[in-house]
Parts: sequence; C-alpha cells; structure tokens
Amino acid sequence: MSWIAGIDVGGTFTDLIALDSASGEVRLAKVPTTPENQAHGVLAALDEAKVAFGELALIVHGTTTTTNALLERKLARTGLITTQGFRDVLELGRRTRPRSYGLKGWFEPLIPRELRLEVPERMDAEGEVVLPLDEPATREAVRRLLAAGCESLVIHFLHSYINPAHEQRALALARESWPNAYVTAGHAVLSEYREYERGVTATVNASVQPILDRYLAQLRSELKRRGFSRDLLVMQGNGGTVSAAIAAENAANTVMSGPASGVIAAAYSATAAGYPNAITYDMGGTSTDVGLIRDGVPEVSSELELEYAMPVHVPMVDVHTIGAGGGSIATIGEDGLLRVGPKSAGAHPGPICYGRGGTEPTITDANLVLGRLNPGALLGVKGAADLEHIRRQILEKVGKPLGLDATQAAAAILRIANDRMSGAMRMVSLARGHDPRDFVLFAFGGAGPLHAAAIARELGIPKLLVPARPGITNALGCVVADLRHDFVNTVNKHVQDIDITYVNYVIQQQISAGRELLEREGMAIEGLRLLHSADMQFQGQTHMLKVALPGAEVTRDALQQLFEKAYWERFAVELPEIRAMLVNVHTAVIGLRPRLDLRVLYDRAAPHAARKHFRDAWFNNAWHPTPIYRRESLPETLTGPAIIEQLDCTTVLEPGNRLAVDKLGNLLIEV
Amino acid sequence: MLDPITLVVIQNGLQQVCNEMDLAFCRAAFSPVISEGMDRSDGIYAREDGALIAQGELGLPVFVGTMQFSSQAVIERVRKNGWSVDPGDVFIVNDPYLGGTHLMDVRFVKPFFYRGKLWSWLANTGHWPDIGGMVPGGFSASATEVEQEGLRLPPVKLFKKGVMDQEILSIILSNIRIADQRIGDIKAQAAALAVGEKRLTALLDRYGADTVDAAIAELRVRAEQQMRAKIATIPAGTYTGHAIVDSDGVVNEPLHVRVKITKTADDDLLFDLSESSPPCKGPMNSVIATTRSSVYLAIKHIFPDVPINAGTFAPLKITDPEGTFLYARYPRPVSGCAAEVSQRIAEAVFNALTAAIPEDLFAAPAGTSGNLAIGGHDPKRDRSYVMYLFTGGGYGGSSASDGISNGCSTIGISKMPPIEVMEQYYPVLFEEFSLYEGSGGAGESRGGFGVNYTIRVRRGSARASMVMDHGRTGPLGALGGGEGGVNKVAIEQSGKEYRPPHLSKDQDIQLAPGDCIRVSTPGGGGYGDPLRRAPEKIAQDLSRGYYTRDEAARLFGVRFAPDGRPYR
Repeated sequence: MSWIAGIDVGGTFTDLIALDSASGEVRLAKVPTTPENQAHGVLAALDEAKVAFGELALIVHGTTTTTNALLERKLARTGLITTQGFRDVLELGRRTRPRSYGLKGWFEPLIPRELRLEVPERMDAEGEVVLPLDEPATREAVRRLLAAGCESLVIHFLHSYINPAHEQRALALARESWPNAYVTAGHAVLSEYREYERGVTATVNASVQPILDRYLAQLRSELKRRGFSRDLLVMQGNGGTVSAAIAAENAANTVMSGPASGVIAAAYSATAAGYPNAITYDMGGTSTDVGLIRDGVPEVSSELELEYAMPVHVPMVDVHTIGAGGGSIATIGEDGLLRVGPKSAGAHPGPICYGRGGTEPTITDANLVLGRLNPGALLGVKGAADLEHIRRQILEKVGKPLGLDATQAAAAILRIANDRMSGAMRMVSLARGHDPRDFVLFAFGGAGPLHAAAIARELGIPKLLVPARPGITNALGCVVADLRHDFVNTVNKHVQDIDITYVNYVIQQQISAGRELLEREGMAIEGLRLLHSADMQFQGQTHMLKVALPGAEVTRDALQQLFEKAYWERFAVELPEIRAMLVNVHTAVIGLRPRLDLRVLYDRAAPHAARKHFRDAWFNNAWHPTPIYRRESLPETLTGPAIIEQLDCTTVLEPGNRLAVDKLGNLLIEV
Repeated sequence: MLDPITLVVIQNGLQQVCNEMDLAFCRAAFSPVISEGMDRSDGIYAREDGALIAQGELGLPVFVGTMQFSSQAVIERVRKNGWSVDPGDVFIVNDPYLGGTHLMDVRFVKPFFYRGKLWSWLANTGHWPDIGGMVPGGFSASATEVEQEGLRLPPVKLFKKGVMDQEILSIILSNIRIADQRIGDIKAQAAALAVGEKRLTALLDRYGADTVDAAIAELRVRAEQQMRAKIATIPAGTYTGHAIVDSDGVVNEPLHVRVKITKTADDDLLFDLSESSPPCKGPMNSVIATTRSSVYLAIKHIFPDVPINAGTFAPLKITDPEGTFLYARYPRPVSGCAAEVSQRIAEAVFNALTAAIPEDLFAAPAGTSGNLAIGGHDPKRDRSYVMYLFTGGGYGGSSASDGISNGCSTIGISKMPPIEVMEQYYPVLFEEFSLYEGSGGAGESRGGFGVNYTIRVRRGSARASMVMDHGRTGPLGALGGGEGGVNKVAIEQSGKEYRPPHLSKDQDIQLAPGDCIRVSTPGGGGYGDPLRRAPEKIAQDLSRGYYTRDEAARLFGVRFAPDGRPYR
C-alpha cells in the first residue's frame, strides 16, 4: 500500500503518474478525457497504469469540473439574497464593456434577475448596523427561492467583510429550511471589500458547489466499488490540495486548478534542479499558460478574471493565459500582413495535419513542414500526416500572398507566432520589474519545449529547462502539492495609524482557521508551513502590491520598509511624500506532504538504444540535417541543432544551443 | 525593400513598447481615474510632424487622435521658439486649444534620442482628479471662460535633462486640490516614458534605425489601405446623422451636432459638421482636436480591428467646422468636450452610417460619462473630501444581440469605483444601485438598461456638481427601434425635491446631512422594429422585471394569453 497516484484532467487528455514510494517504481498513463463525466477518464487512466487499487494509499486529482461548468455556464440553479436596493449589482457590474473598441457584445449575469431577492438590512463601512436584518423577510426570501427551484443559495450583504453578523444570521435562518448544504455567505468565501467582485466570487462558489459535490461523490463511490476507499485529495487553484470530503465547501477554490498544478510542479522541479526563479511556459493546443516562480514559490494573486466580468477573487497561483497554441491559425490580413491567432482551429477540425478537414494553416502545421515535428508520430492522430498537402495549403494561404515558398511561409508563421507569444509573455512577467537573466524558462505542455528555445532567445532568458516528463507536468503537480488553505481579510488602514495588535490578531485567526481545516481533513502531514503577505498601496492608489511578510508577528516599521522596498523594485519610484496603506492581510496555511525524489522520473534506456537518425529541419533560412534523439537515450551533452522526441513532447535545439542533462533527467539548454 | 515578416515583427515591437508604457503608468498611478479608470494613454510620435506611430492598446479610446495633435503642438512651439531639446527633457502641457481635450488631461511629451539624435517623441496623457478651477474635479457646468475651469499649462519643460523643475512643480501644486498625491502621478507618468525610452532603444538596437524608419512608413501605408478596404464596404453616397446635447449648462437650449458623411469613389470618407450649432456660452464647446478624435473614435468603434497609426485616419477627411461649437477657440470653456460632446459627435456618426452599413452598426449607446462630484467636510474625521462618481448606461441593440446594461462611456473604458470603497472614504450612504427598468429602447434587439442610484449625505454639509447628458432626449434607436430612457436627476433637500433646470447639468447644489441625490442614467436605443421581437424574449424580459406588462403591450405590441404568456 505504498502507491500514490496523481491524475490531471486536461482538455484533451487525462494524465496519470503513479509512484511506489517503497520501490521507486513509476507508471504513467495518458487516456482521452471524457468531458461528459471526467470520472470515466480517471478510472481508465488508473486501469491503463495497472495500479492495484489495494496497493494505492492516495489519489490526488486535478479536475476541470468547476472551470468547465463556469465557462460553459452549466451551473446549478442558484438564488441570491442581498441588501435592499442592491440586487442588480451582479448584473450591472463595474461599468465596463467586453472590448475597448466596438460597442457590441453581451453579458449574462450568473444569477438571473428573478432569482435575486432583497431583504431590508444595512451595515455601514465601519461595520455599524444602519438597519437591522429583517428576519421574517429573510425567511420569506428563502422560501421563495426554494419554491423557484433553487438548489444553491448565496447570501451577499454590503460590508460583510468588516462585520459579517447579518450574513451569519441570515445563513443560520436559511439553514433552518434549506434542504442541502449549498448555502454560501459572501464573507466566508472572500473577506475583501468590493461588492461586485465578492458577490460574483460567492456566486461562483454556490453555483458550482453541487456540481463538484456530485462529481466527487460519484468518483468516490466508483473508486470504492473497485476497492479504493482511502484518501482522495483535490487540487485547488492556489496550488495546494484539499480533502475531497470538504472540497465542495469552497468549490470556487478548485477553479483554474489545472494551470496551478503545472506551476506547482514547475516550482518543485526547478527548485530541485537548483533554479528557484523560473518563468513557466506551458503551451498546448489552443492556449499558453505563463506563471512566475520566485525563490521556489509561485506568485499568487487574488485578481483572476475567468472571462469578461467574471472575477474569481480567491487567492490563486497567478497564471496568465495567452490565446496562442499549436492550433492558432495563420491568416493574411486586409493590410497584407501575416497574423497568427487569435483564431484557433481547436480540436475540431484542428490543424490541417490532423486530417479532420482543417484547411487553415496552424502553428503545428508550420512545425511539421519545417521538420521540427515527426509527421509519423502525432499524438492522437492515426497514421502519418500528409506533408505535401500541408505544404500546398501553406503555400496557397500564406506563401503566395507574401511572395514566399511554402518553407519560407512556414518559417514566417513560426517567427510571427514566437514574436507575439514572447511579447504577451513579457507583459505578464518581465515587464513587471524582473530581470530575465535571473530566470530560467521552464517549458512543458505538448508544444512548450518545441518553441522554448526561440521564446527564451526573444525574452533574453539565457537558459531553459525541460523537465524529465514535460507531458505530465500537471499530474506531477498533483503528486507534489501540499495541502493548502488561504485566508484574506481586509484591514484598509494607514500603516502609521494601524492598531498592529489587531493585525497580528487577524493573522492568528487565519492560522487557527487553517489548522482547524487541516484537522478536519485528517491527512497525515509532515509539518506545517505558514506564508503571510500583505496587499499594500500608497494612499489614493487603487492597485495593490503583494508584499511577503517574514512571519506572523509584524510591526508598523517593518510593513513600511517592506512595502517601500517592494515598490522600488517594481516601479523604480520612491514616494516618501505619501503615506502607505495596509489593505489586506493574507495567510496561507500549508500542510506539508512527504517530499518526492524526482530522480524516479528519469527514464534512461540502455545505451544500445542511443542510435540516432537524421531529419532535415529548417533553421536560420536553411535546411540542416538534424539528429533526432529519443529522450530516454540522450548523450550527457550535445550542441544544436537537434530534435529530441518522447511520447507526448518534442524538444527543439536551435543551432548553437548547448544541452546538458542533469542528474534528475532535466534538459538544461543554453540558448 | 523590407520583407513583410520583419515588418510585422517591428509592428509588434512598436506596439509592445507602448503597451509596456501603459502597464507601467497604470499600475503606478495614483489617480484612480488613471489606474482604475484607465483614463490615460501612451504612444510614439514621429520626430518631424508628430504623426502617430503607435499607441498602447490599453489606452482610453478618445485619445486615439488627440495625442498626435498635442505632440504636434509641442513640436511647433519648439520650432517656432527655437528651443533646444535635450535627452531627459519632458514637456508638460494641458492647453485644450493646443491639441488637447479638457484641462484635467495632462500630457507629458518627451523627445526620444537614439545615438545622440532626435529619433521620435514619446508622449502620454493622464486624467488628473483635479486641476484647480471653480469646482473640484474640473467638470464645471457653468463656466463661461477657460480660466474658470482650472490651471492651463502651455508646453513647458517640467523635467530639464532629467531633473524635475521644482519651481514649475510648486506653481502646479499650489493651484490644484489634493496636491499631495499628484507627485505620485507625475512620477508614474515620467517613469512610464522612461520605460518607453528603454524598450524603444532595444528595438532600434536590434533592427537598426533605418529599418524601423522604413517599417513605420510602410505600416502607415498599409493601415491606410486597410481602412480604405473597410470604407469600400460603404455604398457610395451621402449620409446624415444628428445628435443633441441637452444644453451648454448656462443657456438652457439644446445644441445640435449635425454631420454629413460622404463616401467618395476613392474610398475617402468626408465629414462635414458645419451645420452644427454655433459656439456656446457654457462649457460644452469642443476643441478641434477632440472633435477630430471623436470622429476617429467612432469609426474605430465601427471597424474595431483596424490598427491605429497615422495612416489609419488618412482616409477620414474632416473639414474644420468653423463657426460651430465643435471648433472652440480661446477663451471658450471646454470642460464638457471630452466627457460629453465627444460622445454626441460619435453618436451622430453612428446615426449617419446606420443607413449605410446596418449590420456593422448598433443603436445609440447611453453616451454620457455621468460625472458627479460631491465635495464637503466630514466633521467626524475633520477632513475635507471630494468624491467622484461616473456611471454607465445601456448600450444600443445591434444585429448581433441586445445592448449591455451599465456599459462605460463611448469614449472611455473606465470602471466605476465600488460602492463599498466610496462609503469607506466619504460620509455618504448609497441607498440604491439598481437597474433602471424600462430604460432599454424597444427594438427587435432592445437597448441595455441604465442605472438608478441614490446617495444620502450622512454627516456635514456638502456641494454637488454634475455634468451628464441625454436628459432631454434619450439615445436614438436604429432601423425602427425606440429611444432609450432619458437621464434623470432629482435632489431631496430637507424633504423637498429639486430638479436641475438643465436636467443633466448643474453645480454647487447645497446638501445638508440627510439630503440625497437620485440619478437614473440613460438606457441604450433599440435596434430594428420592436414588433419583430420574439415573444419568448419578451416573456423573459417580463419575468426579469425589465418592463411592465403595460410597457410590453405598448412598446412591443404584444397581447397576453390567459396564462400570462405574451403573443402577437
């Protein structure tokens, strides 16, 4: 009973990595994702890996159930009870439009107007009661929403972040008659000011709660039927895990957990390799996720907007999604210039090379034409891609309008794509005050290592790291992630006027709330780690800067100094003239799980497998006979050009790139 | 000859420089109007004529044209006066008549040197929360000359060879309210230009100054071609459009924007605004830079995917509307031009082109910035305050969908501040923030809805000022659609109701503790014949309480079955 399995559900594939802590044995599986019920794919992956259920001690699961439910708006019927006069906050939003230019577009609130009811009550900004809660009206509202067929309920009152008494009372009243546990009070999900953002976050939680709960219940019963009834953990967007038994309570925390687990795995792997500062680059079929790791810790933000006007403001690993992937389509615009993306061929029809009727040239097609991808080994595609057909399409759609032959046109597609991607990546990483030379580029995902050398060169990052198993990074994230619970409370006072004992009291409360959750989960942990930070700003600003705090006890002077230092690093501006504010206090309570020795992932075949062959690949305006290596049989060092293939990933070394394989099986490439 | 791939790469590179300036400015700014409201812009302008080379994608739409005009004004001054320019110099200017908007938009213009030679200009603009003048926030509804609107800065070097001129700074800070925080905006604005300098130098180092120069010229030609390709979709002919400003805030009569748009055989669009109202006494005059920029902005809203550089606007030929309120000269007051008149100009352009290309168009949006300022003294904290609120309204319906509710102004992308944040800072209590039922103009696609809000003063006395619009007539419908609901303002003073005589504009309204202001913002116009709106959609509108049964019967021509279902 020494096996652990990490299972991540992605858009196309469900990936599994299983490890035996006793023998060090590793098994991998990759099966198609089953969108209608992800549990089928999860079970199929376990079957494919042939791990005996009796031998499994723990399953850690990353699911997109909640993210997909939100994006596809397949949500539980949810009602809202809110402060009199404010039921339309969720519909009116913050006075925005979907795009800067163009006045068309549409927005649908998460809860329709007829299911948003008001009750008399009012708290002011200092937490004083202006109007007491009308309890009979609250009971009546609960009754009406039940009668309207609501399964979930949100209670969202103004200023509940500073005084939750009315929300707590209304919650108690609702629980008297609500037939299930799906009642969410705004302050309990997010104790931060800003009524729209808190209200939407609470609504997101309520409307995916039953969906996640049912999914996990079904998965657990399926697993039980097969003989597994031990621990099941679920990945969260904060990069930590939570016991499946309580995951649905804060269902919003599981949104965007897939990208988060990738970054967690990257932080773990890069730190183990000796590179605690990394920019993660996960390029897939339709999009690219970018994250930033400093001192081994992924950056966390509470400002995610899942889509237009859908803020989910719980702390999450700060992953930025860029709309460029292998399926991004190349077109010639009305100005006669080449564009790549944002339109994507998606999975259907997909790139031309999939042979499913796609006719628009994509990034993947360009990679094939240039010899970077193996036309006979496309994952999920039967048979070999028709290279001649792809060349003709690229010539027709891109080459002729630009006066280029098919090869030059394909090279142009890659150059533009890499240029756009690296620009977008700069905006979310280096342009925020970081020096590229302090980082490695950590490349994974199906297409990340294919483009990483070019991207690193564009960004001025001297070294890139491709982990031993780049195609299952998210599943690895599940296995290495710790248990984690985050707490944020608004303080919003001048640093110099602050009652520092109150701040320290809030931090202590956050710590005990986290410990309590860890106890309820009942997982064996090896220790406790606490991370504290403060969201700060100068008086008058609206943007906040996250400042890491050294411990649970802070002083006013320390807050001031830490903020000034962080501000200087970020903006190169000093402002002694203006007073600093402490807006939010944030604590992450982390239950440490056993460490994993990454050497087990290093797949080294016997030397006789090291025989290489050559394929012509296009670099710097010329064809180069390029050696093709199998990943498991690489020499310890080599110099590009070279192409390294493994089951679900291809790594490209441009001419002159120097590669070394480290003791964990990572590829370290100097560009 | 530049290869087309390098061309795209340089285009992206120039855009990237501007986007990084935007990012630096917005994250470090103090004025919430800049950081949250995005009321700012950054760009690169040609060394010779100040023509737009590239502008950040996160900038405020109305600045698409004005930034180029103000850079040109600075260049002219420099030439005329024979001033020297050195690396590290930064001009500050907010003069509306020199390529500007209103006084609150403060521009920094910096010569950019590459290898010792002037290569281009970098400029940015940010909306300061106050610039002095008769009312806090600068939106006076009754100023009759620009001096009453605030401090006017001609182009002067605030930074000389990288060093801030403390004397100029002290003049500025002595003339504006909440001066202590402005130093933060000044530093952020200058820091953003420094970011631009660094990134642009890197771009030139990589591709060579000559190549980048050639690319800029070529991109200008291509943007012009692309715009002409769009214009080619408009059938040849002349189209007229109309929009109404409630009043100028001083004389209570409507002002008319009348535009004639002619599509020529060469795919030019000619804009004739000469039949608009004459200059007005109050602050609803528009300076020519803003008038032009409003036309550009309207076209960019209709064809959003055309990139922005000087070539984009070459086919748009606007005759100077001399003798109208859209070509204001010193000392006409202009504080309403960027926030309100610009939106009426855009509305008139939308109105005209609806007949030509209905599929690309939409009915009129609410089109007002909804500026409200309440200034007073909070006795509990013994502190003076100025609170700004800007609210949105409904957008017009289109062939694609109904309009959205509480969309931001046509010219802006500013989010409104959260109520919980405003109540933390100011002694007010919001009693309502709700959807303005019935305000969406009827149509096959209906307009979006405006907003109702009520603000009660809790402590101390205060004064309120507002510059809004569409109080007299609602935003127009298109292709048979109905008008959106009008803007409404009512003030409760000691239990009695006061309504501003100018409906949407007023200033210095006295408020005692317990008094309150109620505002309803306009809904969007409807698109298409309301009698063609599907009964199922009307049923949904009814269950959501968007319209009453009576309104549905009257506006959409439905009857009701015994079970309450609407039918025709």
